[in-house]
Amino acid sequence: MAEMKKIATRDSYGAALAAIGAEHEDLVVFDADLAGATKTSVFRKAFPDRHFDCGIAEGNMMAVAAGAAAMGLVPFASTFAMFAAGRAFEQIRNSIGYPHLNVKIGATHGGISVGEDGASHQCCEDFALMRSIPGMVVLCPSDDVEARAAVKAAYEYQGPVYLRFGRLPVPVFHNEADFRFQIGKGEVLLEGSDIAIIATGLMAWEALEAGKLLHQQGISARVINLCTIKPLDEELILRAARDCGRVVTCEEHSVIGGLGEAVSSLLGENCPVPLRRIGVNDQFGHSGPAQELLRQFGLSAEHIAEVARSF
Amino acid sequence: MTDSERKFLMAMACKVRLGILQGTHGAKSGHPGGSLSAAELFTYLYFKELRIDPKNPKWEDRDRFVLSKGHTAPGLYAALAHRGFFPEERLPTLRHLDSELQGHPNMNTVPGVDMSTGSLGQGISAAAGMALAAKKMGKACRVYALLGDGEIQEGQVWEAMMFARHYRLDNLCAVIDNNGLQIDGPVDEVMSPYPIAEKLRAFGWETVEIDGHDFDQLEAAFAKARETKGVPTGIVMKTTKGKGVSFMENQAGWHGKAPNDQEYEAAAAEIKGRLAEVEAE
Repeated sequence: MAEMKKIATRDSYGAALAAIGAEHEDLVVFDADLAGATKTSVFRKAFPDRHFDCGIAEGNMMAVAAGAAAMGLVPFASTFAMFAAGRAFEQIRNSIGYPHLNVKIGATHGGISVGEDGASHQCCEDFALMRSIPGMVVLCPSDDVEARAAVKAAYEYQGPVYLRFGRLPVPVFHNEADFRFQIGKGEVLLEGSDIAIIATGLMAWEALEAGKLLHQQGISARVINLCTIKPLDEELILRAARDCGRVVTCEEHSVIGGLGEAVSSLLGENCPVPLRRIGVNDQFGHSGPAQELLRQFGLSAEHIAEVARSF
Repeated sequence: MTDSERKFLMAMACKVRLGILQGTHGAKSGHPGGSLSAAELFTYLYFKELRIDPKNPKWEDRDRFVLSKGHTAPGLYAALAHRGFFPEERLPTLRHLDSELQGHPNMNTVPGVDMSTGSLGQGISAAAGMALAAKKMGKACRVYALLGDGEIQEGQVWEAMMFARHYRLDNLCAVIDNNGLQIDGPVDEVMSPYPIAEKLRAFGWETVEIDGHDFDQLEAAFAKARETKGVPTGIVMKTTKGKGVSFMENQAGWHGKAPNDQEYEAAAAEIKGRLAEVEAE
């Protein structure tokens, strides 16, 4: 099999902004001195008069975006996940979430796959923070095709949306021609009935690889990609739990407060089944090459397969 | 300003003050001190300065007002009610369980409120975003914000000041209510924000210093703001916290305390007395 094409979802984000911006005059972009890294620079190059650098002042940027949305524009506000969901949490909560303004938060450099910059820049708490805000949609696309579709869906949706993108180029495994994206809907990547593996972001590809490995070993694994962490696709998850009886969740995020806990809460109340959460285990990341970090933190197909086999 | 205009505004400021007392008394909580210090400002904005339409509160080309010091919502609500955005009878329902009048302004429940605020330091950023958007959308509307002198201790205020000057938001006017007191005491004892006007000038803003209880000075300051091109305008207005109610004036304790029944009667009587004087002049 030929080497798969790899694209970082932050690149998909920049490309999607430029593409949607070409059709919609009301799309404006705010960045906080990271346009090169977040790839909003791609949009800036095409539409310099609709891109506003806010300097290194993320709190102000989020509330400025809120004001622009209150006037009827559709702002995408971008910085690293750590400084969006983290530093500007309260501005997002009070100036965007509470008034339910139509701001899209494009957060790049989510998770430990940021790599060499280390723990200060590796945000593994953003799902937890953003999920807790009433009315906030939380998306974490798995590859280029899904990321571009998610940006478009976020633009079309009325209300606040948090989108998490990655720095690391990841395999493009969706087929654009027949891909349909809907906020709140997950997708079954691999059918199976022995165990359900539910993953988000770059872990979806790892989960798919793990699923294939398990099938070869006689374990019928169902692999589900959940781009939308909130609102959760409850029907798909409950069906998987009922059909398979065991669930593993996979995310490049703390096991506290993210996809794993969202799924655990749903199943605990509606369909209790044995469950294992794969994620970052209540610890900070550190510097290193992204792929090696992911392996070391157990965020790999091999580790998912091992966990799936062991319970 | 004509004598009859001034008289009208002075009488209206008394009615706004009564509305503030009705609200905080009805709520048994809330923030009368900083609402009363800005009563002339609220009055001037809603009865003279802002291009608004109470019958069409969401009019797209209206001027916007962001109450960055959102805890003084009683003052904003009183001005909105008297301007006809909603019935005055609603004012005493402030902070009640079934009321649209939330403790801090909510743009989705109260007609005429342009931005939800309450967490200090954020409203000025939202106002800057509105001003930037208005320019991008080719709208002639102007954006106004009111901040407290304690509020400017928030670092985000200065991020917004930089932003507004950088993008040359001359359609933005920020008013700072320098009543000199915050919850814990005098602002210069808690964490001095002084000198305020010099700070604004250093950030590149056109800056005007006025007496915030003087309508002629308010008129001149807002005229200056409208004439200023290329940079935003800041109005630093010296005021008296609790203005108009003698036992509340210059008392930090009245920052966030409601008048009880006796205090309400005494305060309302004083304001009504002042209103009768104004109307008799």
